Amino acid sequence: MNPLWEALTLQAGYNATLVAVGAALLGIAAGATGSFMVLRKRALVSDAMAHATLPGVGLAFMLMVALGGDGRNLVGLLTGSAVTAGIGLLGVDWLTRRTRLAEDAAIGSILSVFFGLGIVLMTIIQTMSSGRQAGLESFLLGSTAGMLLSDAITIAGGGALALGLVWLLRRPMTMVAFDAGYAQAVGVDVRRTDLAMMALVMGVTVIGLKIVGLILIVALLIIPAVTARFWTDRAEALVWIAGGVGGVAGYAGAAVSASAPDLPTGPIIVLIAAALFLVSLFFAPLRGVVAAVLRHHHFQGRVHRRQGLLSLSRAEPIHDPMTLRVLRRDGLIRADGVATDRGAAEAARAARDERRWTAARDLHQDTALIGRYDGLTAIDAVFTPDQIAAFDRHLGREGMI
Amino acid sequence: MGAEFVQLSLTPILIGILAAIACALPGNFLILRRQALIGDAISHVVLPGIVVAFLLTGAVAAVPMLIGAGLAAVVAVILIEAIKRLGRIEPGAAMGVVFTSLFAGGVLLLEQSDTSGVHLDVEHALMGNLESLIWLDANGWASLVDPLALAGLPPELGRIAVVALVISVLTWVFWRPLTLTTFDEGFARTLGLPASALGFGLVITAAVAAVAAFDAVGSIIVIAMFICPPAAARLMTDSLVRQVWWSVAFATLSAILGYVLAGYGPLWLGFADAVSAAGMVASVAGAILLLAALMGPRRARLGESRATS
Amino acid sequence: MTPADLALAAKDGTVLTPAAEAPALSIRGMTVSYAEKPAIFSVDADFAAGAMTAIVGPNGAGKSTLLKAALGVIPRLSGEVSVFGTPLETARARVAYVPQRASVDWDFPTRVIDVVLMGLYRELGLLGRVRAAHRAKAEACLARVGMSDFAARQIGQLSGGQQQRVFLARALAQEADLYLLDEPFAGVDAATEAAIIEVLKTLKDQGKSVVAVHHDLATVTRYFDRVLLLNVRKIAAGPVAQAFTPQTLAATYGGRLASAQIDQLRLGDGAGLPTGAGPEAGAGPKA
Repeated sequence: MNPLWEALTLQAGYNATLVAVGAALLGIAAGATGSFMVLRKRALVSDAMAHATLPGVGLAFMLMVALGGDGRNLVGLLTGSAVTAGIGLLGVDWLTRRTRLAEDAAIGSILSVFFGLGIVLMTIIQTMSSGRQAGLESFLLGSTAGMLLSDAITIAGGGALALGLVWLLRRPMTMVAFDAGYAQAVGVDVRRTDLAMMALVMGVTVIGLKIVGLILIVALLIIPAVTARFWTDRAEALVWIAGGVGGVAGYAGAAVSASAPDLPTGPIIVLIAAALFLVSLFFAPLRGVVAAVLRHHHFQGRVHRRQGLLSLSRAEPIHDPMTLRVLRRDGLIRADGVATDRGAAEAARAARDERRWTAARDLHQDTALIGRYDGLTAIDAVFTPDQIAAFDRHLGREGMI
Repeated sequence: MGAEFVQLSLTPILIGILAAIACALPGNFLILRRQALIGDAISHVVLPGIVVAFLLTGAVAAVPMLIGAGLAAVVAVILIEAIKRLGRIEPGAAMGVVFTSLFAGGVLLLEQSDTSGVHLDVEHALMGNLESLIWLDANGWASLVDPLALAGLPPELGRIAVVALVISVLTWVFWRPLTLTTFDEGFARTLGLPASALGFGLVITAAVAAVAAFDAVGSIIVIAMFICPPAAARLMTDSLVRQVWWSVAFATLSAILGYVLAGYGPLWLGFADAVSAAGMVASVAGAILLLAALMGPRRARLGESRATS
Repeated sequence: MTPADLALAAKDGTVLTPAAEAPALSIRGMTVSYAEKPAIFSVDADFAAGAMTAIVGPNGAGKSTLLKAALGVIPRLSGEVSVFGTPLETARARVAYVPQRASVDWDFPTRVIDVVLMGLYRELGLLGRVRAAHRAKAEACLARVGMSDFAARQIGQLSGGQQQRVFLARALAQEADLYLLDEPFAGVDAATEAAIIEVLKTLKDQGKSVVAVHHDLATVTRYFDRVLLLNVRKIAAGPVAQAFTPQTLAATYGGRLASAQIDQLRLGDGAGLPTGAGPEAGAGPKA
């Protein structure tokens, strides 16, 4: 049987199955958590945290060896990485609050300095007698090859735990992510929710270290969220679409990676997520590029058509080449620029609409309705026929019709 | 400080200093424009650029790789801009999508292609290898005037020297419009200044610096050189000219101190082996930033920030 | 207003406009949209040369957008712009722009005098040295806005009103013929407001043209001689006496909001509306 098919159908061995399930759970948790984080505009804070895990991994290894242990215990290494990731997060906050540096500079400096420290520790570990085969480099880009059963169980369990926490916290996190002010007003503790969110981000980062690696884990947090944004404007839908994208990428990525050598797990997962992103970027019906280009083209046409009609109604010359093109295309003017019968009729109608809007401003008290005016919205889309009739009577009295 | 120093330490230190300065100069403006993380994005995409160049030319040659990395940076910047505008996505997230995807592609290509036997691997790309840029032909300070020995200088030194010089000249020539567009882009546009082109030029300059420094310090520690010295300098003074000079001084200090501590620090502590010089340079740069954040005379924010008004 | 009144107003308007000279700023068919909602729609506007014109309208009416798009600071969907009868690109040197204070980072590492020197960019060019003459010109501009003592000060140390004066000094340094100001009185102290209006009136007396986005209806009649009422579309334009009426205000702000504000104006400092019922509540409390 085809090894890719085996891996995808969970028949490539117990370990591979656990890893695939763990990656899927992690992907769902990362996608959902990441969408809260992206909505809170803290996307790259997670990058600083991810890079800040490296010295933690090194220190934990050295500590465990010093205590006479193996040094490669995954739970120990992940605990160490969580500690320095937390310090990195505090460092970003501290630099942003206490100095004049903006958040981007704080993120960049924490990210690179902690990574540099981690590299220094890695070179020390390589010279330790027990460090030669430590395999800590696998934390950089993730590797599931030769993973111990206990590691696979840790990852699957961690992924499930993270997902459970996202489920529990979904309501307050959704509210804070979409409108922190409103959430505060209805009694959600914004600060604690933010803290919980960043703790979840940290959890996902740490669990993902072994599978995706610290350089790319941020992709699993950001790409699904951004991908989902193309498909929906609704909060809950966004979170679960992102979770779905993350889950598919995690599961398929782990399976593909297990099916052949030279297919590093982290990059494969990220590339599958990136492929889903690209498809969404171009073809999503709501906010995809193709839809947006068509809509913008249509919108620009409407603006020029309306402007052209108003110019015609005032018998003003039209210079804008695009306006002329649109009017000709729609058969509203002849090639020589003179209005056709239909053009003249439509121009008169546009001018009448404008006068009605003027009357509406004179008569109508409701600023919310008046505020719908944007030059393009037809007046009968805002006011009832009775109201419009009243505008016409008003115009008649003023002698403007 | 004798023959051994010239042979083993002089060129790495010089390369480190020049790389740090080449990155710090554009870094000053990136920080003021709230674009520090463009450095992050650019440095990550250097790897795929180099791998693609290697796959196309089939050789580990410096110039194609530099061109490949530079093109990758341009592609990344265009992609980030396109995704930001087309998808209406905030810049941080757009950067995160682009650089991770390209980086992942680079790693996959590298793993899939047969690079055994050539000096190209992921770890080297990430961590750099400053220590290896030694001057084998030197046998003392006299070699500095010996044409034969000079011919054996590591080519990375000449490359980074040219890049550092070009970037210094560019900073000087475009100082005025760059400052103006950074401070008040709207006003600059009413003067007829090509604000977008200047912004793009700055990012391309940063990309060139990142590519040239990549040899020495790898793709992630480059970020430390873009951000830490200018950020620390920002906390020292309220004058942009002085800030730039401070950043050059901090960059130089990080490079020298980092290299020396990495090479000799462990010996002083009784260990046998040196540690990663690039990692140590980043650590020293971070320590300088920490000191500036604690004690810098101008560490506090002045005036109303954009966000609060 | 009857058609006869309207015709009269238009006639008066043309009489008040300096004859035969091209408008300082002329906008034709300009539409600007954020996402897919026009912020301003098909605006035609002429800003008379040698006049002080206020752009007035409710929040979100597109006042700042109009200025920024006219100057090419933000892109426009359609429309043509000319300055003193020539395309904007050839007339850049004749235009000075004062952006909103909040549009820049005041923590930027620079001094007051350096900001004013930015106004001399076209003169200095890429590498031109800042000579004593340039410095003297910048200092003279600072003196005109009463900020001489602050030349060497860090911009982050300035109050809101002082920041606004520095921006005005930078525009003065440009020695332009047309000055476009975006909310110059927003959030400034009374002394600064008086100082700024003094400078603007002097500019007008020198024959320069001034256009300002303005939000305080109570001072329109006192400060400006022409007005453009904007709410996505141009609602009315012309000399203040004709274009700034309860009817046009109601049309701009929508019924209820305007009547509340008009009452406030009438209770105010007596500089109320020219065509109102007069200060019938003259003894009323200050609004």
